[in-house]
Amino acid sequence: MSLWLILMLAMPVLIGGGLLWKSWSLLHDHALGELLLSTRWRPLSGEFGFAPFILSSLWVTLVSLLIAGPVCVLSAIHLTQYAPRIVLKVMQPVTDILAGIPSVIYGVWGIVAIVPLVSRNLAPLMGAETTGYSILSGAIVLAVMIIPFVLNILIEIFRSIPIELQEASLSLGASRWYTIKYVTLRKALPGIVSALGLGLSRAFGETIAVLMVVGNVTIIPRGVFQPGYPLPALIANNYGEMLSIPMYDSALMFGALILFVIVMVFNLAARLTIIRYEKVSQ
Amino acid sequence: MEANHKIRVENLSLRVNGHEILKDINVSIPENKITVILGPSGCGKTTLMKSMNRLTDIYPEMHVRGRILIDEEDILNTHKDVTAIRKKMGLLSQRPYPLPMSIYNNIAFGLRISGRKKRDLLDKRVEHYLKQASLWEEVKGRLREPASSLSIGQQQRLCLARGLAVDPEIILADEPTSALDPISSQEIEKKFLDLKQDYTIVLVTHILRQAARLADHVIFMYLGEVIEQAPAEEFFHHPRTEITRAYLKGSIN
Repeated sequence: MSLWLILMLAMPVLIGGGLLWKSWSLLHDHALGELLLSTRWRPLSGEFGFAPFILSSLWVTLVSLLIAGPVCVLSAIHLTQYAPRIVLKVMQPVTDILAGIPSVIYGVWGIVAIVPLVSRNLAPLMGAETTGYSILSGAIVLAVMIIPFVLNILIEIFRSIPIELQEASLSLGASRWYTIKYVTLRKALPGIVSALGLGLSRAFGETIAVLMVVGNVTIIPRGVFQPGYPLPALIANNYGEMLSIPMYDSALMFGALILFVIVMVFNLAARLTIIRYEKVSQ
Repeated sequence: MEANHKIRVENLSLRVNGHEILKDINVSIPENKITVILGPSGCGKTTLMKSMNRLTDIYPEMHVRGRILIDEEDILNTHKDVTAIRKKMGLLSQRPYPLPMSIYNNIAFGLRISGRKKRDLLDKRVEHYLKQASLWEEVKGRLREPASSLSIGQQQRLCLARGLAVDPEIILADEPTSALDPISSQEIEKKFLDLKQDYTIVLVTHILRQAARLADHVIFMYLGEVIEQAPAEEFFHHPRTEITRAYLKGSIN
């Protein structure tokens, strides 16, 4: 029992260490700054610049959060503060089901529905031209994927706020909406931040659904209608192929290490906010 | 001499999912006095008090019938803005629930809602009400700190100051000392005795001694019904019903 526990605790360290070990030969040969900042990705000539992949990942994730964030917060407010209890009871299994759908299905849905929508409707609206395989498509698919996950956490957070706090504000003559805006939301703010942080780390690592709609072109995206090539897609598309190229294997492992570190940082930051929040709200 | 009645409750019934929590309540609450609503836990004291403030509105499962007249105006069956009704009353709950903001802003919150936004005026008012709740000396150096950093006794006085700041005519207090230590409780009780000159106070409690110390008028409730209401003197020395006598002796609780 405790052996398993120890193994589990050691897992992140082992994975991190393993990735570092595997990417060592690349790190030995190239400066870290060059790897992270260079935009030149030419494995055949031994050039490994990760900037396009890192930036694509950030783009897709942040745009998806911009879409999902407001939707989640407003839905959580509506479901916990205004809607009849029955609506919440119906919505919770629905979000659970949405959260459980395999991501490849979201990917197919993205290709069938979102990619054409972006290329035919959204892009012309903004005066842009695109095949539809773009950062925006990836972000929309991702947003839909993380909404149930983030929304579930947010509902719990809003429900944990004591009703007496609302009563206090109302009895001072505040209206319902004023109370929600200045008391409930403020009380929930650290929770909202950490819920979005958890959503962020989930979105950052999501591979297959994004890979299917984002275009996978090694450029630095200059707008949401351009294609991108996020880190998880890079690894999934290339691992197992062309491994005869020197350092290629090591480079992909380094990509995984970057992903690992960024997700760990997001996760840790979100957890820390939750812990601090719980202390303050005691 | 008959005092003015600030609040009159007429034929008030309240149901939750078919359960009758309050049964045909008829009570009068005299102006500028402390009226204690007394009774064992779960008898509907708090619910009665909350219905005076229309806080029952936020629980969709509660169905209220009857009339509550404040200054002869029915607050249940009215098109008047509910926030205006609530401003007439300050609420003090069982545990202090400071708003998630600084000490200063906890007081300024209600003032800003009533449209007082000038900085120097706010400063003066905040100081005034903190003094009124005997909290000023303890917090004057740290008004910008979060209210949650105060001790629980200080928080309760902050909640009192916050309630006074909207300039109410009535103070509704729901077992306001139940979470406090004896010294903080005493401070709150003393405050109430000072405040009754200017405010009508409704105090919910199940502590008999507290009722005896503070009450001018007593409403005794049992299982959702009002059993007896009388001036304190009469209630404690000449109880009229069997249940009241049993409660005063401590045989029901």
